[in-house]
Amino acid sequence: MKPLSLTIILSGLAVAALPLVAQDRPKPDAATGEIARSGQREDFRTFEAEDGDLAYFADAARLTQEGGEAVYEAVCAGCHMPEGEGAVGAGMYPALAGNEMLEFPEYPIYVIVHGQKAMPPLGSILSDEQVAEVTNYIRSHFGNDYVEGEDGIAATPEDVAGVRP
Amino acid sequence: MSMSRRSLLQMVGLAAGTTAMYQAMTTLGYAQASNYAGPIKLEGDPQGAKVLILGAGLAGMTAALEMRAAGYEVEIIEYREKAGGRCWTLRGGDSYTELGGATQEVEFAEGNYLNPGPWRIPHHHYAVLDYCKRLGVKLEPFIQKNYNAYLHRSEAFDGKPQRFREIATDYRGQISELLAKATDQGALDEEVTEEDKQKLLDSLVEYGMLDENYRYVKSDHTSEYRGYDKWPGGGLNAAPEPSEPISLDRILQSDLWTWLVEAETTHHQSTMFQPAGGMDMIAQGFEREVGDLITYNAKVLSMIEDENGVTVEYEDLEGGGTQTRTGDYCICTIPFSILGQIDHNLSGDKAAVIDSMYYAGSAKFGLEFKRRFWEQDEHIYGGITYTDLPIALISYPPYDFFSDGPGVLLGGYAWGATAYQFNAMQPDERTKWAVEYGSRIHPQYTEEFSNGVSVVWHKVPWVLGCYGIWQDREADYETAARIDGRIALAGEHISYLPGWQEGAILSALDAVERLHAQVTTSNAGDTQ
Ligand SMILES: Cc1cc2nc3c(=O)[nH]c(=O)nc-3n(C[C@H](O)[C@H](O)[C@H](O)COP(=O)(O)OP(=O)(O)OC[C@H]3O[C@@H](n4cnc5c(N)ncnc54)[C@H](O)[C@@H]3O)c2cc1C
Ligand code: HEC
Repeated sequence: MKPLSLTIILSGLAVAALPLVAQDRPKPDAATGEIARSGQREDFRTFEAEDGDLAYFADAARLTQEGGEAVYEAVCAGCHMPEGEGAVGAGMYPALAGNEMLEFPEYPIYVIVHGQKAMPPLGSILSDEQVAEVTNYIRSHFGNDYVEGEDGIAATPEDVAGVRP
Repeated sequence: MSMSRRSLLQMVGLAAGTTAMYQAMTTLGYAQASNYAGPIKLEGDPQGAKVLILGAGLAGMTAALEMRAAGYEVEIIEYREKAGGRCWTLRGGDSYTELGGATQEVEFAEGNYLNPGPWRIPHHHYAVLDYCKRLGVKLEPFIQKNYNAYLHRSEAFDGKPQRFREIATDYRGQISELLAKATDQGALDEEVTEEDKQKLLDSLVEYGMLDENYRYVKSDHTSEYRGYDKWPGGGLNAAPEPSEPISLDRILQSDLWTWLVEAETTHHQSTMFQPAGGMDMIAQGFEREVGDLITYNAKVLSMIEDENGVTVEYEDLEGGGTQTRTGDYCICTIPFSILGQIDHNLSGDKAAVIDSMYYAGSAKFGLEFKRRFWEQDEHIYGGITYTDLPIALISYPPYDFFSDGPGVLLGGYAWGATAYQFNAMQPDERTKWAVEYGSRIHPQYTEEFSNGVSVVWHKVPWVLGCYGIWQDREADYETAARIDGRIALAGEHISYLPGWQEGAILSALDAVERLHAQVTTSNAGDTQ
């Protein structure tokens, strides 16, 4: 394999990292048809992938990010926006910031698993753990404080399993 | 052994490929084409009745065009600054702001474009094609299937893309060989008559490029289909050298066969079309006809009907403030994702159906490169490369072939869990990933990439998704389509062609016909 060009010309992108050079890895023999199982997806050519990046797109059918914040950023932020501020156009995505509907975990869990109006059901792409963690994340960030403290309630994976169809 | 219809179809599919399978299915009463029956005729005088049309997508503009022609007073209220809705094209100089505020300035060279939504039209979408003809929209071929494009999986063939031609030919040849051997050895004697057995063998020899011993082998004959090691030429040293087929087990193990029938569904069979210059040429064609009826930059806030008419309130996004419009009737083509957030007094069962529909997400990338390396280096002219990478496919522009200037690829078209993750990224970040993945198929990406734009449909401010998903279409469809009072709902979502422009137009025509029948009947009643 000829060495890759190091010129990164992704205009408008703040990327100028060295590509991880793929030829260092042992490659199965293409001629024999041995199928590579060497994790090609980690052979980055145009930018250096960080740990968090590797959780992206790891499974075509589900999200594999772990922890409430990572799940929020990988899916919820696309509609509810990075600071939970929501968005308005001809239609709108509600703000989760300062949202009293999040006081009890049951409601967000139900909405996340089953969807509601323009919000798609996400139960099939998220595990019970992921739903519980992201529920607690939105209920304890963006000005919401419903998880910690005396009256705090934390959602559990069992709560999520209970509302699945 | 008796054979069910299903297993018969499976056998036909295996033996003769999907085309034959579809023919068999049509004979068995499965397949059907668009129910467009030519331009609608609206007879009877609407006596100046006024119709408010909400949304200037293809559904809204179709309704407006036909109803004005039938004598209605028509007004269209549209959120955007231009017409077309999802029938949309991005070109150099355009600017697009998605929900969340990120703005992309499109830098494509003159003549290049991305169709972020609709990009291809099947030859049996009679309504779309007929309106294109009536509106003077020039169509050119869209190339779905290209034997010289690639099939690619990260873990197959050491990540090296394979030509569609080789996988498709070798797979066909070798399953034919298997079936021919089984037939010849009598394994199918209970399924096929003696007479058909010989016909089947003859057909497999033909179809599968088999030799006299029913083998699919390296030869001039098979290379004529799968390609040569050295292609035939002229002059000295011009004789071709045949190529070695890829073995069946390698093809099976590679899973590359999963894409072999992508171009075989009725929605993807040739001939497919695209408007020359970009999909929104259709929108522009309609806009030339009904643009004078449209109020732009008007966000509908409410839609209330009573026994006298329909009242619509909208926010004037340019001048500010709220405006009110009234009409005798209303055709609402606002996607259910948004209609569910608008104040209305439709019946409870209708409201429930509207609220039950969410919209699929999807991400599409337009990447511009300094030269058309896919043509110059790889001889790929239009068509689609499929991959298991998150970009799912790369489609090559079926226009301006051989031009020296920069070219724009559809650098990815993602759905499902992948689309959600692209949706949550900012535009630069999305482009960065699309370029990374594409470079694993075309290493030229790293040298040749110039600029890119992407549209993630859950962030499109005026639809909140790609197309409507029914929870239970069979149970709910009638409720959504039925006209209760003075309001008819129409659009892509009220069709059995979800995610196709044909569905939007047919839905509008059907709503117009039924509403018109209602209007002329009740007018007749008034005058008696
Ligand atoms: C990614 C993608 C790929 C597709 N591929 C194809 C394809 O290859 N071929 C094909 O034929 N079809 C394809 N489609 C489907 C096609 O785009 C749609 O079926 C069709 O354009 C829908 O037309 P419509 O009039 O029903 O809705 P729209 O075009 O969405 O029109 C609705 C209009 O309502 C307006 N509106 C919304 N809210 C308000 C409000 N509150 N106030 C006022 N106005 C409002 C919107 O701005 C819009 O103009 C694709 C769609 C997508 C998203
Ligand atoms: C495709 C866009 C989209 C995505 C992705 C999305 N949501 Fe939503 N969400 C919506 C919409 C639209 C609503 C409003 C539904 C309604 O009208 O009732 C909503 C509503 C909610 C509500 C209820 C808010 C209220 O005030 O009633 C919660 C909680 C919520 N979403 C959490 C999440 C979480 C957590 C995630 C990620 C796991 C997520 N959403 C992902 C679109 C989305």
